[in-house]
Amino acid sequence: MKILVAVKRVIDYNVQIRVKEDNSGIVTDNVKMSTNPPDDNAIEEAVRIKESGKAKEIVAITIGEDKAQETVRKALAVGADRGIHVKTEGIVEPLAVSKILKAIVEKEKPDLVFMGKQAIDDDCNQTGQMLAALLNWPQATFASKIEVKDKSLEVTREVDEGLETIEVKIPAIVTCDLRLNEPRYASLPNIMKAKKKPLDQMSATDLGVDTKPRIEQIKVEEPPKRKAGIKVANVAELVNKLKNEAKVI
Amino acid sequence: MTKEVMEYDVVIVGGGPSGLSSAIKLKQLNPEINVCVLEKASEIGAHILSGNVFETRALDELIPNWKELENPIKTKVTKEKFLFLGKNKSISWPTWLLPKVQQNHNNYIISLANLCRWLAEQAEKLGVEIFPGFPASEILYDNDGSVKGVATQDMGIDKDGNKKDSFESGIELHAKVTIFAEGCRGHLGKQLINKFELDKGKNPQQYGIGLKEIWEIDEKHHEEGLVMHTAGWPLDNNTYGGSFMYHAENKQIFLGYVIGLDYKNPHLSPFDEFQRFKTHPSIKKYIKGGKRISYGARALIEGGIQSLPKMYMPGALLIGCDAGTLNMPKIKGSHTAMKSGMIAAETIVEHFRDNKSLSIYEEKFNKSWVHKELHQARNVKPSFNWGLILGIIFTGIDQILFRGKLPFTLKHKHADHEALMPAEKMPKIDYPKPDNIITFDKTSSVYLTGTNHTDNQPVHLHLKDPELPIKYNLEKYDEAAQRYCPAGVYEVQMENNINKFVINSQNCIHCKTCDIKEPSQNINWVTPEGGGGPKYGNM
Ligand SMILES: Cc1cc2nc3c(=O)[nH]c(=O)nc-3n(C[C@H](O)[C@H](O)[C@H](O)COP(=O)(O)OP(=O)(O)OC[C@H]3O[C@@H](n4cnc5c(N)ncnc54)[C@H](O)[C@@H]3O)c2cc1C
Ligand SMILES: Cc1cc2nc3c(=O)[nH]c(=O)nc-3n(C[C@H](O)[C@H](O)[C@H](O)COP(=O)(O)OP(=O)(O)OC[C@H]3O[C@@H](n4cnc5c(N)ncnc54)[C@H](O)[C@@H]3O)c2cc1C
Ligand code: SF4
Repeated sequence: MKILVAVKRVIDYNVQIRVKEDNSGIVTDNVKMSTNPPDDNAIEEAVRIKESGKAKEIVAITIGEDKAQETVRKALAVGADRGIHVKTEGIVEPLAVSKILKAIVEKEKPDLVFMGKQAIDDDCNQTGQMLAALLNWPQATFASKIEVKDKSLEVTREVDEGLETIEVKIPAIVTCDLRLNEPRYASLPNIMKAKKKPLDQMSATDLGVDTKPRIEQIKVEEPPKRKAGIKVANVAELVNKLKNEAKVI
Repeated sequence: MTKEVMEYDVVIVGGGPSGLSSAIKLKQLNPEINVCVLEKASEIGAHILSGNVFETRALDELIPNWKELENPIKTKVTKEKFLFLGKNKSISWPTWLLPKVQQNHNNYIISLANLCRWLAEQAEKLGVEIFPGFPASEILYDNDGSVKGVATQDMGIDKDGNKKDSFESGIELHAKVTIFAEGCRGHLGKQLINKFELDKGKNPQQYGIGLKEIWEIDEKHHEEGLVMHTAGWPLDNNTYGGSFMYHAENKQIFLGYVIGLDYKNPHLSPFDEFQRFKTHPSIKKYIKGGKRISYGARALIEGGIQSLPKMYMPGALLIGCDAGTLNMPKIKGSHTAMKSGMIAAETIVEHFRDNKSLSIYEEKFNKSWVHKELHQARNVKPSFNWGLILGIIFTGIDQILFRGKLPFTLKHKHADHEALMPAEKMPKIDYPKPDNIITFDKTSSVYLTGTNHTDNQPVHLHLKDPELPIKYNLEKYDEAAQRYCPAGVYEVQMENNINKFVINSQNCIHCKTCDIKEPSQNINWVTPEGGGGPKYGNM
């Protein structure tokens, strides 16, 4: 079995996001970037499946500017066998990403595509679903447990009501939740070895995908600051404030 | 369990200006030498905090064509100001009356973190292997007692010391020569200085704490290239310190405050002094209407030549601020750190090629311009022991009239941790509450540093005696750690009528102040799991 894992380079989750002064976007210069956290879970799961003998090859793919290669290198350091970097410039919307992934799937013919449930930069939660639609493959989103059966997967999903367990036929798309596993660290010797693993590069044009945004971003703003809370003396005051000031009851 | 071993010719601990310059110089002199750099931050630059007004002398020597390359050194210093602050007033000091060392017209305003990122790229192009996220946590010794290399930190240990699922053993890096370039108060450097008695016959080392914020300010008040320093308010005459304000590119200013860690009053809070300083009318006018975008703090090493330890030992060299090559009157240490690293590289190349002893490092260093600079600067910092006014008068005579050539050397008498006076004997300081516009609290400040340490890992701030903070420090010094830590890591909390000492180690921004200032040297800072700590951008 072959698993394709999509990994995205995003602003590190510890970094305080700052909106550009002209509201045209967010500041990304001199900002620490890392792998989208659930993508680390996706890679980890693929590696565990390979370690259990149920998969033969893991291919990690990233779509983005040159520096996105670091993200693939990291995936290679924790166990992916091969990397692909599809070079793009500027914003690439989930639809374009899905189209690129589709083209890669057609070339690579993986049995499974693992990805993160969402990317923490845009929070679109769309790419996996769109890819499933484009390929007409079954999808299992928000996976917190994956069991590989003979020709199917049993996937436990994190849903609003609790946990849902579904079975999907292979080939399938799985989008991974943070609860799926605890990703391993890349060891120094493995980082060294990863530098020697193959990494193919191509551009979106090579794949015949037009990545021009379909959505026009008008303005980016910081969420309004929360005002400090106040202490109320008693229930009557609370009710009064809710009614007359907050006007919610 | 035995650890995996990787062999290198040279292992460099620390990817700051000194370590990276050393790596570059080694490769330039001999591309065959294999070199790796270990860095505890998640990426190069993420733990670098500096002013920074940059003197290019060392860089001119290291990469003579740097101006032709795409580089992050953009803003030339165009104007200088020096102010003495009174509570509400300020007196401008004519810059021609400043000692030559404090004049900056050939220098640049840069982000040292960005310079390090750039140096790392240059180093990688030459074949240096750089490993961010891998702190060196232990020094390895050969049977003959010489340094054999370092071990990296184990990853995935829980707070009780058990291995987690994600456990990944650290590895041993063996080298013919190990270079320690951890910057001010390196935690391995400290061990080496003790073990090899490198500071024998030297004055006690002196430190300062530097706090810095980056502000994006109104165009009207921004003068790209302006360098401004202040002395005086809010510090009293007996506390050594002052501020810097550097107008960088993109309407940003680098605003900072440095306080000597030999301050006496345990009630003093460097963080709050800095906050209060910003309310002075001559400072506030710049930042009013602006936005604070970054915060951080880092200790500086200020002892100069009197306190500079021996920098070589069997199998290893100690360079940059890990040793203490900063020039205090200039408040500059980047160029001297870089040069000390370059000299280390030359030493090692000769050591490999001609079998020369590493002790030639000292001869080379003593002949270099770094030594000359530090020698000229040597009397400035100790003269401020007589107070700000006498210090300034003396410095004027020493630096302007005699250019540092007075025939005597003033001594540093005490280590910084010995300086604190009992709390009851010193005045309490009433710091104003933050207004969240100009002044802020520690929590919201630390938030801007992007600091994180994976939870459920051992506390990396070791107390030799866990009882000491409450039993001794609380009564005697009102536990000054609550105030000298610029990140609010240490708290005394009352629980069921019992005082408890709390260490919020996940907030630590790796400034090393506690390791320096704790009066009984009770706190030992060790490296936490790799990649933790601040994520500074263009600090
Ligand atoms: C207020 C709020 C509350 C929310 N609460 C919850 C909640 O409780 N639970 C929850 O699960 N979600 C929650 N969400 C998330 C919401 O469902 C998101 O919109 C969503 O999950 C976003 O993911 P995404 O589409 O941006 O990811 P996508 O952009 O679609 O990316 C998904 C995956 O695609 C791959 N990918 C994308 N781009 C690339 C690329 N360039 N290269 C390689 N691979 C790539 C990666 O594997 C990535 O992880 C919340 C969101 C909001 C705003
Ligand atoms: C507030 C302030 C203002 C300053 N202003 C100026 C100025 O205007 N001009 C100027 O020239 N200088 C200035 N300096 C001084 C200058 O920043 C230092 O002299 C310089 O950074 C020293 O370089 P270094 O390489 O020795 O150490 P550092 O820059 O401290 O670099 C050390 C590196 O080693 C890493 N490290 C430490 N321990 C380990 C370990 N065990 N394992 C792995 N990695 C480790 C650290 O994370 C860091 O990246 C200022 C300093 C401060 C604090
Ligand atoms: S705990 Fe120590 S090293 Fe960490 S931020 Fe506080 S004073 Fe600095």
